[in-house]
Amino acid sequence: MEKIKVRGAPKSWQRSTSPLTICPGCQHGVVAELLCDAVDELGIQGNTIVISGIGCAGIDAFMVDMDAFIMCPHGRTCDVATGIKRALFGKPIVVALQGDGDCIAIGAGSLISAALRGEKITVIMANNANYGTTGGQLAPTTLLDQVTSTTPEGRDPGLAGYPAHVPEMLVPFRGVAYAARGAVNTPANYQRTKRYLKAALQKQIDNIGLSFVEILSACPANWHRTPVECLKWIEEKMIPEYPLGEFKNADRID
Amino acid sequence: MLRVAKMSQRILAQGNTAIGYGAVNAGCLHFFGYPITPQNEVIEWFARELPKRGGSFLQAQCETAVINMLLGAGSAGVRVMTSTSSPGWALMQEGLSALANAEIPCVVVLVQRGGPVQGTTQHGQMDYLSATRGGGGGGYRDIVLAPASVQECSDLVQLAFYLADKYRNPVVVLSDGLLGQMMEPLEVRTLDFGPLPEKDWALKGLALHKDGKRRALSCLAGFCFQEVYESYLDFIQHLDEKYRQMADSEVRYETYQTDDAHLLVVAYGYAARVSLEAINMARDEGLKVGLIRPISLWPFPSEAIRQGATRGGDFLVVEDSLGQLVEDVRLSVNGQAEVHLLNMLSRHMRTPAGMILPDIVLEGIRKLA
Repeated sequence: MEKIKVRGAPKSWQRSTSPLTICPGCQHGVVAELLCDAVDELGIQGNTIVISGIGCAGIDAFMVDMDAFIMCPHGRTCDVATGIKRALFGKPIVVALQGDGDCIAIGAGSLISAALRGEKITVIMANNANYGTTGGQLAPTTLLDQVTSTTPEGRDPGLAGYPAHVPEMLVPFRGVAYAARGAVNTPANYQRTKRYLKAALQKQIDNIGLSFVEILSACPANWHRTPVECLKWIEEKMIPEYPLGEFKNADRID
Repeated sequence: MLRVAKMSQRILAQGNTAIGYGAVNAGCLHFFGYPITPQNEVIEWFARELPKRGGSFLQAQCETAVINMLLGAGSAGVRVMTSTSSPGWALMQEGLSALANAEIPCVVVLVQRGGPVQGTTQHGQMDYLSATRGGGGGGYRDIVLAPASVQECSDLVQLAFYLADKYRNPVVVLSDGLLGQMMEPLEVRTLDFGPLPEKDWALKGLALHKDGKRRALSCLAGFCFQEVYESYLDFIQHLDEKYRQMADSEVRYETYQTDDAHLLVVAYGYAARVSLEAINMARDEGLKVGLIRPISLWPFPSEAIRQGATRGGDFLVVEDSLGQLVEDVRLSVNGQAEVHLLNMLSRHMRTPAGMILPDIVLEGIRKLA
């Protein structure tokens, strides 16, 4: 019989953690795994500190076997990351792990200020187009016409504005070294996004500037779709609005 | 008891710059701040002096960011502080409750101005309740120390760092615009408060922990899963025990001429300095009046106040607010004595520059003694 090689958990996966509190089909676990993979391949587990914000993305920090501040005050993830990075005189690799609400709604000012300062941190924003933890309300990343519990008729731009495109927004900031958007809905996208994340972490290792990776992430419970339908929805609805790719990759900041 | 470990020099300094000397003599190399009057000298001092000493200074985008940068830096185990005034203090409240929850030591200096909200850019003592009761959610406790001289601005900042590390808790130094601006001689000295436990909980990176286990901190109540809080209430009980220990061990106050006093003035900060002057004037007139000056506003020196009440003295609280400290005095006295209030409506001018002056306090003493 042919032996099938089963891929084990990444080395920096947290093995002792209690049962995960994420919903079936939720991709936050995949985002955490992706981070662990990238960290393992760069060999930086022992030197990385993860800061997670409030929201389902905050749970990701439970899953990594790295020093972590799990769920700092809502939206202040980049500020806490800044504090740790500077307190240790730039020595550790600091990752701010955020959801879309944490990053670009309540935390928009913190992200923009960190980008203006060229803070040497890596920001991961999981985009699931809604507020997952609180039951699926409108997020800055909610698509137009998308039904959420606070846009019951669908997102109307006249009332609730337009979707936020964060990597694109960060491009003109001089302090930003890297900005990309990936997805984890297919193995190919997983591998591609891992390359983005490794490139982002490398910018921090090389001390160039702020690096940012958005990752489209399924939320079956609040999208009211099965996990498989969610992967299709990401392909058909989210990726057209949020194109994947690198938007900025600077080797130095002048 | 102050044990001076290292004496260096005697200089003329403002209260606000004395804070800086105190901090660096306590080994603080990290400051995050945001400009706000009347404490700008503090952040300017750190911006100038910390780089010279190998430290790091950052001017953040707002006070909300500042307090969360303290949360980050404190999590890394370093001594870190900020300074602000009343509106900035308001913005820091969520962060302060997060620091209390995650049990991160740090020092926050609050140079009070007149309120509410933006109020005035000049002095006031209107944040007593906010500082001692905690404005963030969840009923945490912070030790609050109140200097009444330039020297104390420096010494109490050093004590604050020691207590913050001792209890893994934020400590607040409650100054005011007048103390911050006034100049006095300052002994630049390093105080020794004794040994402290190693910060084995601090986030540094897995490779730097001897046991090879990762460290995790959190603002989820009690969810530090390498520690043993089996339930929410186990964690809350732990906080309760810590706060009780602070309340039992960290009461600080000063008394002046209280032994034969029929009237006890209670005041902190600049109002205590003014009251001291007034008491000297009253004593010259033969009036038997003394001063109880709380140095720790939380924990409050209730026992000292209560003993004054049982000896039969009445009380005059002097504070540059509508009356906040007076609530703690009344609770301590518990109906055993009359408690009178001389508040900011007695200022010598009805403008932001108006002050409670010694003559005004003397007048209040004469009416009661």
